[in-house]
Amino acid sequence: MYFDSLSEFINMGGQGLYVWSSFALSLLLMAFNILLPWLKLKATRKQLARQLRREVNQQGEQA
Amino acid sequence: MWKWLTTLYHRLASPKWFYQISGLWLPWFAVVSLLFIGAGLIWGLAYAPMDYQQGNSFRIIYVHVPAAFLAQSIYVMMALAGVVLLVWKIKMADVVAQSLAPVGASMTFIALVTGAIWGVPTWGTWWMWDARLTSMLILFFLYLGVIALREALKPQDTAAKACALMAIVGVINIPIIKYSVDWWYTLHQPATFTLTEKPAMPASMWVPLLLMVIGFYAFLGWSLLLRARAEVLRREHKSGWVKDLLQRK
Amino acid sequence: MNKTAATFCRLKAKKSNLPSQGSVFLAALAREGRLQVRRRGDLLNPLVFFALVVVLFPLGISPTEEILAPVAPGVLWVAALLAVLMSLDALFRPDLMDGSLEQQQLSGYSLAALAMAKLAVHWLLTSLPLILLSPFLGIMLYLPWEAQGVLLLSLLLGSLALSLVGGIGAALTAGLGKSGVLMTLLVLPFYIPVLIFGTGAMQTAISGGNALPHLALLGALAALALTLAPWAIAAGLRITLSGE
Repeated sequence: MYFDSLSEFINMGGQGLYVWSSFALSLLLMAFNILLPWLKLKATRKQLARQLRREVNQQGEQA
Repeated sequence: MWKWLTTLYHRLASPKWFYQISGLWLPWFAVVSLLFIGAGLIWGLAYAPMDYQQGNSFRIIYVHVPAAFLAQSIYVMMALAGVVLLVWKIKMADVVAQSLAPVGASMTFIALVTGAIWGVPTWGTWWMWDARLTSMLILFFLYLGVIALREALKPQDTAAKACALMAIVGVINIPIIKYSVDWWYTLHQPATFTLTEKPAMPASMWVPLLLMVIGFYAFLGWSLLLRARAEVLRREHKSGWVKDLLQRK
Repeated sequence: MNKTAATFCRLKAKKSNLPSQGSVFLAALAREGRLQVRRRGDLLNPLVFFALVVVLFPLGISPTEEILAPVAPGVLWVAALLAVLMSLDALFRPDLMDGSLEQQQLSGYSLAALAMAKLAVHWLLTSLPLILLSPFLGIMLYLPWEAQGVLLLSLLLGSLALSLVGGIGAALTAGLGKSGVLMTLLVLPFYIPVLIFGTGAMQTAISGGNALPHLALLGALAALALTLAPWAIAAGLRITLSGE
């Protein structure tokens, strides 16, 4: 560990605010870039499956 | 090796194969990206020594530099995908290009904002018309342009080809823009600190940076595959293999 | 429209006594000239826009010479650049709407050459008057006399690149009903090098330096645009046509 104490680690010699806000913002944006596509993938799968079931049911009724 | 690569390339052109193989690759990208970014973060934030001139704010480079790397290389990747689409008419290339654009724009945004935040303790202002930051800002507009073009044009095929052409024109222009902005910067402001271009970094400083860069590229693969998989399903929902896949569940 | 049809047409053009590529280019020039002269309003609007934008700056910043003279090169260049960009927006749209663009593609003649004829006429009728107007606006902004010549030269060289690169955006957005903002977003980043070297040339001239290197760079940009843009414009038009 380069820093002597936890408070010093957080403070970063007075520049903690800049360092931590940069890292927080970057990681947040990156997390969104994983989370949103993942949710979309799941939603697409669900929606297409529902659509398919409907089509199959309709064909069943017609036959 | 070459033969293996060409086979891989031809197989990836098939949406079905792409969907199957990307499902296998996905966890690997996720694990590598989490591991490397995690290690790079801990090392870079807690163990790397402080820069004697910039103090601890130099640690911002551990996100700024990988983001800037990705921002530039993603645009080149988009243009390459554009060439593949326009020359070989491989539709999967457009799925990739479409999935790349939002990640690229996010990375450019990260590079811009972290660069601006870094400027506060270093330059004393939130924004300075530094050559690198200005080029990054222009790159951000280029990404927004491609995204807006895709939103505006219909049908999907036309939008795909138009975006491919835009990306190619952009890649030819980026070096010219970069050169002109560098030249403009030296004309108007004497070069002071720049965030990167450090002379001779010790290993304890650059190894975490390398870890972060690798982690960011793996992250790109992860995010890209997630987006591309959803897009493949959406585009191919009428084909047999998607129906099989959905019914199995 | 597919490739075989185009090849077929080209073969047909070779066999029979159809006009050569060169004479078709001249005919396209004449047609464009007639068409664009008839739309007199469209020719005047960019000039008025240019003058109006320039007039806004003294009103918005300050009318004094000490403040206006240093920013004059930038103001003139930005206003001219926007005026050229705005005027290019509707370059291909009328031809796309009335179907003549598709006929040009089907004709088997080089689409790039036909688009170049269009751009050449547009440059002659829109950009050139704009450039000729610029010294007068320069006087109103207290632009130093020694920079007037460089203003003309830099705009002359730079507007070539502006027209050619803007043509790519115009080709891609021709299919949209209204595309002003999108076209601006697409093309403006590519205008940055031209702006930098154009204003750079003028600032060098004002400070007593030799503006020739900057003008040479502008010329290089124009030459590069001239070699690559026709290809990109033709590709853009084909893409737009494929979506119709």
